[in-house]
Amino acid sequence: MQNNFVWLIFLLPFLSFLVISLFLKPLFKDKPKLAGYVTIAAVAASFILSVVVLFKLLGAADHKLIVPEINWVIIENGVTIHLGLMIDSLTGIMLMVVTTVSLMVQIYSQGYMKDDPGYHRYYAAMSLFTTAMLGLVMADSLLLAFMFWEMVGLCSYLLIGFWFHKPSAANAAKKAFIVTRIGDFGFLAAIIFLYAHTGTFDIATLQNMAVSGMLAGSVLTWAAIGIFAGAVGKSAQFPLHVWLPDAMEGPTPVSALIHAATMAAAGVFLVARTYPLFEHSATALHTVAIVGGFTAIFAASIALVQNDIKRVLAYSTISQLGYMMLGLATGGVAVGIFHLFNHAFFKALLFLGAGSINHATQTFDMREMGGLRKAMPKTYITFLIAATSLAGIWPLSGFWSKDAILSQALDKQPIIFVLVLITVFMTAFYMFRVIFLTFGGTYRGKEHHLHESFSVMTIPLMVLTVLAVGSGFFNLNGGFSSFFGAGETHSILEGLFGIFKEPLPWISLLLAGSGIFLAYAIYSRKWISAESLGKMFKPLYQLFYHKYWVDELYEGIIVKKILMGGLFKAAHFFDTKVIDGGINTFMIQKVIVKNFFAGLFAFDRKGVDGAVNGVAGTTLAAGKTIRKAQTGQLQFYGLIIGLGVIALIVSVFIFSRV
Amino acid sequence: MNFNNTVLSLIIFLPMMGALIIACISNSRAKLIKYVAALFTLIPLILGVIVFIKFDRSAAMAGVMQFDANLSWIPLIKAYYHVGLDGISMPLFLLMDLLGFLVVLISWKIDLRPREYFAWLLLLEASILGVFASLDILLFFIFWEIEVIPMFFLISIWGAGRKEYSALKYVLYTLFGSAMMLAGILCLYFTTGSLSMVDIMHNGIGSYVSVVPTALMFFLLIGGFAVKLPVFPFHTWLPDAHTDAPTAVSVVLAGALLKMGGYGMIRICVSFFPAVARQYAPLFIALAVVNIIYGAAVTLKQTDIKRLIAYSSVSHMGFVLLGIFALTQVSMVGATMQMVSHGLITGLLFATAGLVMHNTHERDIAKLGGLARQIPMITIIFTIAGLGAMGVPGTSGFIAEFMTFLGSFQSNVLFHGSTLFAHVFTVIAILGILMGAGYILWLLQRVFYGPPQDKFNGVHDADKLERVYSAIFIILIFTIGLDPSILTNIIKTGISPIIHLIGG
Repeated sequence: MQNNFVWLIFLLPFLSFLVISLFLKPLFKDKPKLAGYVTIAAVAASFILSVVVLFKLLGAADHKLIVPEINWVIIENGVTIHLGLMIDSLTGIMLMVVTTVSLMVQIYSQGYMKDDPGYHRYYAAMSLFTTAMLGLVMADSLLLAFMFWEMVGLCSYLLIGFWFHKPSAANAAKKAFIVTRIGDFGFLAAIIFLYAHTGTFDIATLQNMAVSGMLAGSVLTWAAIGIFAGAVGKSAQFPLHVWLPDAMEGPTPVSALIHAATMAAAGVFLVARTYPLFEHSATALHTVAIVGGFTAIFAASIALVQNDIKRVLAYSTISQLGYMMLGLATGGVAVGIFHLFNHAFFKALLFLGAGSINHATQTFDMREMGGLRKAMPKTYITFLIAATSLAGIWPLSGFWSKDAILSQALDKQPIIFVLVLITVFMTAFYMFRVIFLTFGGTYRGKEHHLHESFSVMTIPLMVLTVLAVGSGFFNLNGGFSSFFGAGETHSILEGLFGIFKEPLPWISLLLAGSGIFLAYAIYSRKWISAESLGKMFKPLYQLFYHKYWVDELYEGIIVKKILMGGLFKAAHFFDTKVIDGGINTFMIQKVIVKNFFAGLFAFDRKGVDGAVNGVAGTTLAAGKTIRKAQTGQLQFYGLIIGLGVIALIVSVFIFSRV
Repeated sequence: MNFNNTVLSLIIFLPMMGALIIACISNSRAKLIKYVAALFTLIPLILGVIVFIKFDRSAAMAGVMQFDANLSWIPLIKAYYHVGLDGISMPLFLLMDLLGFLVVLISWKIDLRPREYFAWLLLLEASILGVFASLDILLFFIFWEIEVIPMFFLISIWGAGRKEYSALKYVLYTLFGSAMMLAGILCLYFTTGSLSMVDIMHNGIGSYVSVVPTALMFFLLIGGFAVKLPVFPFHTWLPDAHTDAPTAVSVVLAGALLKMGGYGMIRICVSFFPAVARQYAPLFIALAVVNIIYGAAVTLKQTDIKRLIAYSSVSHMGFVLLGIFALTQVSMVGATMQMVSHGLITGLLFATAGLVMHNTHERDIAKLGGLARQIPMITIIFTIAGLGAMGVPGTSGFIAEFMTFLGSFQSNVLFHGSTLFAHVFTVIAILGILMGAGYILWLLQRVFYGPPQDKFNGVHDADKLERVYSAIFIILIFTIGLDPSILTNIIKTGISPIIHLIGG
C-alpha cells in the first residue's frame, strides 16, 4: 500500500533513539553533537512526511487515509488485537503541531543544553518522547493509544528528572508520573470497561457505536468519564494539576515541548479523539465543561502572583488547557483543537523565551530580572508577540481561538462563560506582569554579563513567532473548521473583520486591554504599589500565592498522614506484629518447635538418625560437611520430608484397592 | 528412544548429574566447578529452547501433552514416571531452564564453599524443572519436596542476616503446605485410583465416588500452593527468605519457585475441581485483591532494598491469583503470562539489587542515595526492571497485567448471583499498578537519585558478565512485551481445555 510510509513518521524518531542510545553513546562519547544532529534529522524527516500526510488528507475523501494494520496478539479464540494507524484530520493537525514544535525545540536545545554532560541522554529521551507522542496521535485503538500514552508519561519522567542529582528534580519527576497515573487508572479502567461491553478497542468502531446509539446510557457515560480522568491527569486539569508546575524542574526546552505544546495537550487530544463518546452523553460533556472552565480561572488566579517566570507559564498552560477542554465541551473538536493548535506555538515560544532569559541571567526568579529589553532584543520582541497572542489581542492567533471558545461557552454554559471571561482579564494581566518585570525597568539581579542567546536559539524563536502571529489565520476563511467537518468556508475579509459585528469580541478585547493596562500601571509606571495591593487583598493574595494549599493537602495530609502514616503504616504493623508475629512467633516457634519438635528431636537422636540418612541418602550426599555448619535441627527437616514421602508411598500401598 | 520422549528427562536430569559431578570436585578448584555448573545448565537451556521452538502451537494440540515420556515406575500403585509439557507448563519450564543458567552466571563471584553451593543450586533447578514437567502426582510431589532441601542449605549457609531463622521458617511453611497437599493427594488417589494428572483431569472428579467431600480435597491441595504463591495470610515466609537468601537464590525464588504455586493451582486445583473452583472463586478473588493492595501498602513501608522487592512480589502474585480464579480464558492466559513476566522482571530486580548491595555493602535504602552518577549501568538496568514491575507498556509486565484485568473484568464468576463483584474487584486491583508506580519510583529516587555521596566514590559498576546476563533479561522482557503472541499462542493451547471444563 502506498500509505505505508506513514509508519515512518514515528519510527524515524524511534530509530534516532536507538542509534543514540546503542551506538552513539557508547562509541562516540566525545562527539555529543552527533546526537543532536541525528535527532534533528529524524524529526525533520518526520515533519516533511507529516506535511505530505496533511496535503494528502486535504485531498482525500472525508479527510481520511487508510493505512494497513498489523495483527499483534490473539487473546482469545477469534479476538485479535490489531496495531494500526488512524489518519484523519485530527491526526493531521496533531502531527503538524508535534513535529513543528519538536523540530524547533531540538534545534534550540543545541544551544541551551550545550556542554551538559547528559547531552546524549537528553537527545535520546527527546527522540523517544517524539516517537511516543507521534504514535499516540496516530494510534487507531484505545489500547495502542494507552501504550503510547504511558510511554509519553515515561519520557516526561525521564526528562523532568533529567538533572536527577537535584532532589527537587527527582521529586518532581516522580510526582508527575504518579499524579498522571492516577488519571491513567481511570483511562485503563475505561478501556477494559468498554471492551467488556463492545468487544473492541478500535476507536473508529467505538465512535460509530456511540453515534448509532449502540453504546449509550450509563455505560457510555462511565466510559467517557474514565477516559476524561486520563485526560485530566495528562492535561493537568484540577484536581490533578499539581504535577505540571513542579515539572518545570526539567530543562526549559523540555517544558516547551512536553509541558506546554504536546504531552500536556495530549489529554485534550484524547477527548477530541473519542469525542463522539462525550457528545452522546450530556453528563460527560457537562463534566468536561465544568472541569475545564473551573481549571481555567483557578490556574489563572495562581499565575497572577507567582515570582518564578516558568511557574507563571506553567499555571498559564494549565489555565489554557482548561480553555481547550471547555472549547471541546461547548463547541466541538474544531473549536477545542484550534486553540490547542495556536496555543502550542505561542506557548512553546514563551517557554523557549524564558529559557533564553535564563541563559543570560541564570535565574527564573523575576525579582532578579528587569531591563532585559536592551540586552536581549530578539528575545524581547518574540516574547512580547507571544504574550500578546496569549492575551488574545486581535489579530494574533490567540484571539481567534479564544474568541471561538467564548462565543460557544456563552451559548451553552453561561455561568462558566462568566468565569472564563474574568480569566481573559487575568491572562492579559499576568502575561504583561511578566513582560514588565523581566524586560521593563532596570536590571535588579546580581552582577552578570547580560547577552543575547546564540542564533541557534533565537532562530527557532523567530520561526515560532511567525506561527504565533499567523496560525490563527488558517481559520480566517473557516478552512480549519471545515477541515474538521464543522462549518463552511467563507471569504478572508469576512473572517478578519466580520467578527466585530458581534459585541463579544469588543468585550473580551476591552477586558484584555484593561488587564494589560493594570499591569502597566502597577509594574511599569508604579502608579499603584504592588505591595499595598497585596496587603489590601491579603487573604486572597495568600490563597493565590500558596496555590490554594492543594499541594499541602495532597502531600502533607493525604500522602504523609492518611496513607503513609495511617493506612500503610497500619498494614505494615499488622503484617509484622499480627500475621508474622502471631502465627510465626507463637504458633511455630513456641508451640511447634519448642514442644513438638523438641520431643521428636530427642527421639531422633536416640534411634532414627541412621535410618534417615539411609532414606535421604542421595539428597544428603554432602551431609557431612553440612552437619558441621548446621545444628542438628537440619536433619529434622530432612527427616520430615523423608517421612512425608515414605508416608505417602506406604499409605498408598496399604490402602490401595488394587 | 527418540528425541521427543527423552529430551525432557535429559533437561531435568542433566543439572542433577552436574550436581553429582560438582560434588566430586575439590572446593579449591572453584573455576572448574563454575564452568561445570554453567555447562550443565547451558545444555538443558539449549535443549529447552529447541523444545520451545518445536512445540506444536496449533489448536488441534490443545490439551495434548507434548514431548511426553511415560514409563511404568511403581506398578502396584499405578505410579508412572510420566513427564510432558502442555501450553501452561512449557513457558514456565523454559523460564526455569533459563534462570537455571543465568543464576550460575549471577553466582560467579561466590567463593564460599563453591562445591556445595553449585551442587545445591543445580539440584534446585532440577527439582523445579521436575515439578513443571511431572504428569504423575507422586512424581510431582517428590520433585516438589526435593526442592526444599537445597533451598534450606542455600539460605542458611550462603545467606545473610538472620539466615538460619529464615531458612527454617521457609522449610516450616513449605512443610505445612506440603502436609496438606499430601493429605489431598492421598484423598485424590483413593477416590480416583489413579495418579495420572492427565487421566484425572479428563475423567473429572465427579465421575468417581469420593471418599471425602471434593471441596475438602480442593482446599487440602490448594493449601500447599497457597503457601508457595504466596497467598495472604501465608506470605510472611517470603520476605524473610528473600531478604536473607543469597542473590542467585532470590532470583530463583522469585523467578520460578513462586510460580510452582500458581502452576499447581491451574494444573491441579482448577483442572481437577472446576465446579469447586467456580464455587469458591469469589473467596480467592477477594484474597487476590488483598494480596495486591495490602502487599503494595506494606511494600511502601519497607526500608530494606531486597525486602521491598520481596513484598512487591506478594503484590504481583496477587495478579496471578486474580487471573486464575477469574476463570476466563483471557485472565488465565494473563495469569500465566504474569508468572513468566514476573519471573524475568523480578528476577532482574533481585539480581540488580544484589549488585547494589554487593558493590556498596549497604542495603538500607535510607543510607543509599545518589548512586546514578557512580554506577550508571546498574542504574539503567534497575530502572528498566522497575519499569517492567510498574507495568509500563512495551514491557512484558504491561501485557500480562492488562490481559489479567481484561479477563477478570469479564469474569462470569458469580457472587450472590451477580458478576458486579468481579467488576469491582478488578477495578480495585488496577489500583495496585498505581501503587506499584509509587513504590518503584520512590525506590529509584531514594537509591539512585539525589546528590552523589562521597562514601560511594569508587564503587564498582556492573562488569561485563553482569551486563551480559542483564541484557538477556532485558531483551526478553521487551520481546515478550512487544510481541506477546510468542507466549500467548502457546499458553492458549494449555488454557483452552481447562476453560472447556469450567464451561466458561
